[in-house]
Amino acid sequence: MSKPKARISFTVDGKKCSAAPGQTILQAAKDNGIYIPALCRWEGFKPAGACRVCTVRVGGRYMAACTQPVTDGMAVENDVPDLQDMRKALIEMLFVEGNHMCPTCEKSGNCELQALAYRFLMLVPRFPFQFPARRVEPAGKKILLEHNRCIKCLRCVRGVRTRDNKAVFGTLRRSRDKKISVDQVLASALTDKQARQAMDRCPVGSILKKEVGFAVPIGRRKYDKEPIGSDVEKARG
Amino acid sequence: MPAEGSLASILARHRRDRTRLIDILREVQAKNGHISPEAAAEIAAGLGLSTVEVEGAATFYHFFSARPAGTYAVYLNDNIVSVMKGRAAVASAFEKAAGCRFGETTPDGRIGLYRTSCIGMNDQEPAALINGVVFTKLTPAKVKLIVEGMNAGMNVRAMIAATGDGANAAKLVRAMVKNNIRKEGPVILASFRSGAAVKKAVKITPEGVIAEVKKANLLGRGGAGFPTGLKWEFCRREKGENHYVVCNADEGEPGTFKDRVILTERPHLLFEGMTVAGYAVGARKGLLYLRGEYAYLAPYLESLLAGLRKKNLLGKRIAGKAGFSFDIEIKLGAGAYVCGEESALLQSAQGERGEPRDRPPFPVQSGFLFQPTTVNNVETLCAAARIIEKGADWFKAMGTPRSAGTKVLSVSGDCKKPGVYEVPFGLTVRRLLEMAGGPDAQAVQIGGPSGACISRGQLERAIAFEDLATGGSIIVIGPGRDLFEVIRNFMEFFVEESCGWCVPCRAGNPLLLRKLEKIMSGKGTPADIIEIESWGRIIKAMSRCGLGQTSPNPILTTIQNFREMYESKVERGRDFLPEFDLAEAVKEASAVTGQVFAASDTEQSHE
Amino acid sequence: MSKPVVATASLAGCFGCHMSFLDIDERILTLIDLVEFNKSPIDDIKTFTKPVDIGIIEGGCCNSENVEVLREFRKHCQVLISLGECAIMGGLPAMRNAIPVRECLEEAYFHSPTIDPSEPKIMPGDEDLPIILDKVLPLHEIVKIDAFLPGCPPSADLIWKALTSLLEGKPLDLSYNLVKFD
Ligand SMILES: Cc1cc2nc3c(=O)[nH]c(=O)nc-3n(C[C@H](O)[C@H](O)[C@H](O)COP(=O)(O)O)c2cc1C
Ligand code: SF4
Ligand code: SF4
Ligand code: SF4
Repeated sequence: MSKPKARISFTVDGKKCSAAPGQTILQAAKDNGIYIPALCRWEGFKPAGACRVCTVRVGGRYMAACTQPVTDGMAVENDVPDLQDMRKALIEMLFVEGNHMCPTCEKSGNCELQALAYRFLMLVPRFPFQFPARRVEPAGKKILLEHNRCIKCLRCVRGVRTRDNKAVFGTLRRSRDKKISVDQVLASALTDKQARQAMDRCPVGSILKKEVGFAVPIGRRKYDKEPIGSDVEKARG
Repeated sequence: MPAEGSLASILARHRRDRTRLIDILREVQAKNGHISPEAAAEIAAGLGLSTVEVEGAATFYHFFSARPAGTYAVYLNDNIVSVMKGRAAVASAFEKAAGCRFGETTPDGRIGLYRTSCIGMNDQEPAALINGVVFTKLTPAKVKLIVEGMNAGMNVRAMIAATGDGANAAKLVRAMVKNNIRKEGPVILASFRSGAAVKKAVKITPEGVIAEVKKANLLGRGGAGFPTGLKWEFCRREKGENHYVVCNADEGEPGTFKDRVILTERPHLLFEGMTVAGYAVGARKGLLYLRGEYAYLAPYLESLLAGLRKKNLLGKRIAGKAGFSFDIEIKLGAGAYVCGEESALLQSAQGERGEPRDRPPFPVQSGFLFQPTTVNNVETLCAAARIIEKGADWFKAMGTPRSAGTKVLSVSGDCKKPGVYEVPFGLTVRRLLEMAGGPDAQAVQIGGPSGACISRGQLERAIAFEDLATGGSIIVIGPGRDLFEVIRNFMEFFVEESCGWCVPCRAGNPLLLRKLEKIMSGKGTPADIIEIESWGRIIKAMSRCGLGQTSPNPILTTIQNFREMYESKVERGRDFLPEFDLAEAVKEASAVTGQVFAASDTEQSHE
Repeated sequence: MSKPVVATASLAGCFGCHMSFLDIDERILTLIDLVEFNKSPIDDIKTFTKPVDIGIIEGGCCNSENVEVLREFRKHCQVLISLGECAIMGGLPAMRNAIPVRECLEEAYFHSPTIDPSEPKIMPGDEDLPIILDKVLPLHEIVKIDAFLPGCPPSADLIWKALTSLLEGKPLDLSYNLVKFD
């Protein structure tokens, strides 16, 4: 077997890019200044492939850019109209799957789901609203779970663990009934910092720290002025 | 010493091994009739997990429940063939006799009624599982007797009137299940002499075994059709502490039951196939992942494994071969179609929720306990054993050039002779229908809901990987049936069985179902057909595993093959019709306020 | 050439979208030059008196009357626009959708803190009152809607841009800054 090359080359929508072997398409694209939208990804967590928003096309096959390693000579399709529309459809599915009343939401303006909807210029979901019956649930002493907004990105499940590596968050049930839950005992033991972290990592307004709300005024929030992904694209220069 | 049967003793017997969580949950459920929050907490403490992890696994599977499921837990199959054979009357007979509705238990907690997805008895529907015991060909009259028996506190096994044929009558099985073997082929269902394959295998090298399977051009029978020899080669080549052979006996695709028959009648062939695979890939251990619905076969299969150990066909120095040891453990599922997907199966087998993994890495690289693993279907492993016994050339002489050998088909639905048919690849659907006694079918579902629904115009098509590929489920849909009801049943199945991990499958399938129902209710327009097709394509493209990637097929293949049926259902020349119905929408409030809804308000078509 | 006719209505909304409409400031004068208002709370015309070119509706449908008004609009308007979150998604009123209607009504008329416990409990059931729908629905799930202007409220700039594009017969070309849900 030949020695693995130091760098491999691939293209995204025809643009020449290079990557370190073993990098995922998403990471490698980012390093080359190309934004591939994603919702469940969190740098440092094991990718979950759950939201599928980062789906790209290679040789006619669809794959999640967050889990698929780049290979030498790969020709990735990313910013093409039909694919972008399918991604937008996933965002729309999430809007109708839960209950998203943005005007009342603590996360509005800083929410990644909403930000992607803005980026895709979503005016109205193409799907009928499901209006599921969901609740707000206290989760330990410090946080609330706003199930109406949870998109099951699994960031909390993957990322919030105790020192002895027990999962604080978990998933219950399956199918459309799937639901995020916490271990009440472990959640009560979360420090303030951990609770704040859990809230910040939740892409939507589903994990709320008790007694914290609307801190940043409209106009100064994360996605008020610039689309999500602008940081990646700006890095391209 | 913890008290016998106590949770502590169950945990101890499983060595507090986290990877045995599903085994532990099965025992607790069987013993207590549910997995209470207290039990979940105790199990979590015993295994070093958080309670939410245990609850996560416990709520994933059909056959676990957080509340008492009933002294007698009845799971009635709700797949379409059950419906065709009179499920509705059987279900209402259960409700009437038991005095509770489906999804509930009787007030005294004695009987619980539940629906479940296909239990692998499509040739003898309507069928149900009661505390794991199979009841077939149910009728309202039989239901009445069963409920009387339950109310009298009878042992469930004692309620079986007569046992089925073959090994179904064996002392350790005693099931009323029938084999319904309609056609025995030479590869799988022909008789087999124990040892014939293993003894031959150990005379050649593992590489030689792989070469023979490759030469035979054996393609996986579980649905995907991956070349088995190649899979074994990849697995063998991979470095790891242990290699594993996993037999996929989850058989969850609605309408398939051929693995059940193989497990009942040719278990030795299967075990030998697993052993040969173990020899080939360098594994010391094999797992038979048996779907929870087939748990009734487990004691019998265990006894056969014990016999094989005695005969030195399992264990150390198998068939005298120095350095070759291999054994087989049976792992039971607990009700989840998605666990047939190989990576979900592996998760389940190691004590997790049955959620698929991301690939790469593939199971051959990182499988059971993240070690190199070959996952193969029951029938594939049987065929491999036979190839070693009789040779690749013998095998390749059957079937078509691209699809060598035979295929065991499970035929059910509107036909006179439902059952199992082992036929050479290349057989036309028309010929199969003639054999099964269903020549006037209006449609045939090939490969279960995830496969394709074909019309009469396509009956000359062949069962083969190059034409109609199938894991084995063939459902005959007779002339008088409403095909839309079939499609709806299949979509309900996918909605229910989605593991819920990824957005397109979890959120998208319910939307497809809703759109289908809009069309079925006569409120569709030509635009709705275009939309449902486009939504289906999105779900196929974006889903994470084979379940979501095939779940729109019931709709997409019928739009392709029965377009006129859709077109005649929608209002032509309209570009918009709402699902919304004002008269319906005000009903709830009218009932509270006493307001009467004026008929003039219902006038339709305001566009 | 006669001026294009515009009609507006607020269904299960808060009039916030209408306020935002008026927020286009001095551009309202240009608008009045450009169009003629028919049925609208802005001019207080209560019934349609002629065919309308552009209908603009804020708020979703929460009762039978909303549905009737909406259908009237659809009948009379060439182009119908869903204005704001409530019209597009149901909005705040739709928060009751997961609660059975009976519970909502009993909460409002029997248990709410402003009910005098000494008074007899009366569930209003007058035939002239609109009947509550089982769910608050966005407009496009009841009639065909031609354009959607999101926001709570939609910004005056968005409304202005949409109207002027429509009047000039240009496609609505939205930029990032105009699409907001709050
Ligand atoms: C949702 C789903 C369910 C599946 N169910 C089964 C099954 O019940 N039995 C089976 O052998 N393969 C099933 N498969 C295919 C397996 O993932 C895998 O391809 C197969 O077990 C490999 O064995 P083979 O190569 O012998 O066919 C399923 C796949 C999917 C996506
Ligand atoms: S979570 Fe995001 S999308 Fe959902 S309501 Fe809040 S801001 Fe809107
Ligand atoms: S609570 Fe937030 S972080 Fe956790 S799964 Fe839901 S959306 Fe993701
Ligand atoms: S496609 Fe369906 S079954 Fe497969 S991972 Fe996604 S949600 Fe789970």
